[in-house]
Amino acid sequence: MTVLVEVKNLAKSFGTKTVLSDVSLKIEEGEILALLGPNGSGKTTLLKTLAFLEKPDGGEIEFLGVTVTEKNAERLRLQSAMVFQRTLLFNTSVYNNVAYGLKIRKVPKNVAIEEVAKALQLVRLEGFEKRSAKKLSGGEQQRVALARALVLKTKLLLLDEPTANLDPKNAGIMEEVIAAVNRDLKTTVVMATHNMFQAEKLPTHIALINDGKITEVGEPAEIFGKLSKNLATFAALDNTFGGNTTDTGSGTTLVEIGNGVYIEITAQKRGEIRIFISPQDIILSKAAVESSARNVFRGKIVAVVDSGALVSLTVDVGKPFKVQITKRSFVEMGLNLGAEVFIAFKASSVQVI
Amino acid sequence: MLSGDPALYSVVFRSLLFSGLATILAMLWGTPIAMLLTMKNFRGRSIVKGFFTTLIGMPTVALGLILWLIFSKAGPAGFLGILYTPAAVIIGEAILVTPLIVSIAVTAIESVDPEMMHLAKTLGASESQASIAVLKEAANGVIFSNVAGFNRAIAELGVAWLVGGNIVGLTDVLTTDISMYTNRGDPSSISYAIAFAVILLVIVFSINIIIILARNPKVLATFGRSPQ
Repeated sequence: MTVLVEVKNLAKSFGTKTVLSDVSLKIEEGEILALLGPNGSGKTTLLKTLAFLEKPDGGEIEFLGVTVTEKNAERLRLQSAMVFQRTLLFNTSVYNNVAYGLKIRKVPKNVAIEEVAKALQLVRLEGFEKRSAKKLSGGEQQRVALARALVLKTKLLLLDEPTANLDPKNAGIMEEVIAAVNRDLKTTVVMATHNMFQAEKLPTHIALINDGKITEVGEPAEIFGKLSKNLATFAALDNTFGGNTTDTGSGTTLVEIGNGVYIEITAQKRGEIRIFISPQDIILSKAAVESSARNVFRGKIVAVVDSGALVSLTVDVGKPFKVQITKRSFVEMGLNLGAEVFIAFKASSVQVI
Repeated sequence: MLSGDPALYSVVFRSLLFSGLATILAMLWGTPIAMLLTMKNFRGRSIVKGFFTTLIGMPTVALGLILWLIFSKAGPAGFLGILYTPAAVIIGEAILVTPLIVSIAVTAIESVDPEMMHLAKTLGASESQASIAVLKEAANGVIFSNVAGFNRAIAELGVAWLVGGNIVGLTDVLTTDISMYTNRGDPSSISYAIAFAVILLVIVFSINIIIILARNPKVLATFGRSPQ
């Protein structure tokens, strides 16, 4: 494997706040590297440093075997592209947005038209060229932003939480496109995320980052398998529980996660384990429904976060569970804070991490 | 009287020409100043910004006097010999509207997402190409700053009067003529003054209406809607 980017002892502070300290990392050509860490851990700053937008206070970056300096940064930057967490679009047509980098590179117009069309097709926005970019939906806007980076066919693609603010459908499209570009064009991808689920699916390697330090680098199976302390500290935020197992005698396992809550899982693991349930796999109902789901709990809605098309609820069943439902369901079911609800998920939806 | 008087047309033409050229001049140096004040970090930046904001309220007569002192024979720019020429009026009005243009453009550029600069760079833009991308995002505000500048230039009296001298047929403009005819006091002169004032008001109000429409195209739709 050829190393595309090598980060050596990188340090960066903003004022008195240390954001990155002694970060060293090798990014291999053709891989997808996920920077997994909680908010404020330094992921974005590291990405911006990799895009040569932030000048490090200490250490250095080698890109394609060349040490990045202020002089060559502008030229080397032509080999990478970045998609930001907050969707940033130029206030013009979709075409002008996607063609921006091509114009900078002085690509002839007829070639640019073709390339833009291909990139838009890739993100499933074919024919959107003439639309006003800022009038599209949030998910479509972020896909335009992705197309604008992909059209440049750079060696390195930097993605800062590209799906953080998207509904599952748009997030799914983004993930598929990222995987396809990596597979077909061998584009090296570095992706910041705090979504463990995403980190498990896409990447070749995961770098755990916390408090500006890279604590571990490994393959997803390795990282999730051995359950590092670092991962556990921030992964505990979303539907991640630890507990002891007991055998049910019928092929499944019960995990006691505390406060009298037992979760049935299909994995045959024994002893102290950690489990994770994706918020999208949990079904919410107002009454107990008969179903094949092995895990049904009664609880109260204790928090409601509106994030566009989706509403994120926290349901306390003795332990807090994050549940995602569409806004329409939320309205139609007449839900509100304090409402009594049932949550249900299959034993097979529970992942052991 | 409003129709067919060639002298009147030439005054209107001079007013539009002088203020137009002054605005273009102010735009040419004001826009880079605004870009510098928003995109470059340097010591004393906020003081310079405050300086320009304060100068918006500069009384035109005071500036006219300062410029008269500079352009007069004994003044530092006396050698140019431009006092009482159109050039003096244009340069003077350009200086007058520069703080207004700079301040509005600064506000417009500052309202663009600060990450825009970074975004353009990650797509391969050089420092100057990225600055232009940001400026394009602020285009509406920057255009508005120029319209506002033109508005102030065409409506001002002090600078045009003092450094232009109101030489009929050469440096007289609508405002200086209004002042001159009113001072004469005879009925015929007063009616000239009124006619010029009406034209000036029509020009200024038209510009304001254009600004309102440009900032909110929905207003136009409201006008066009037939009564139910």
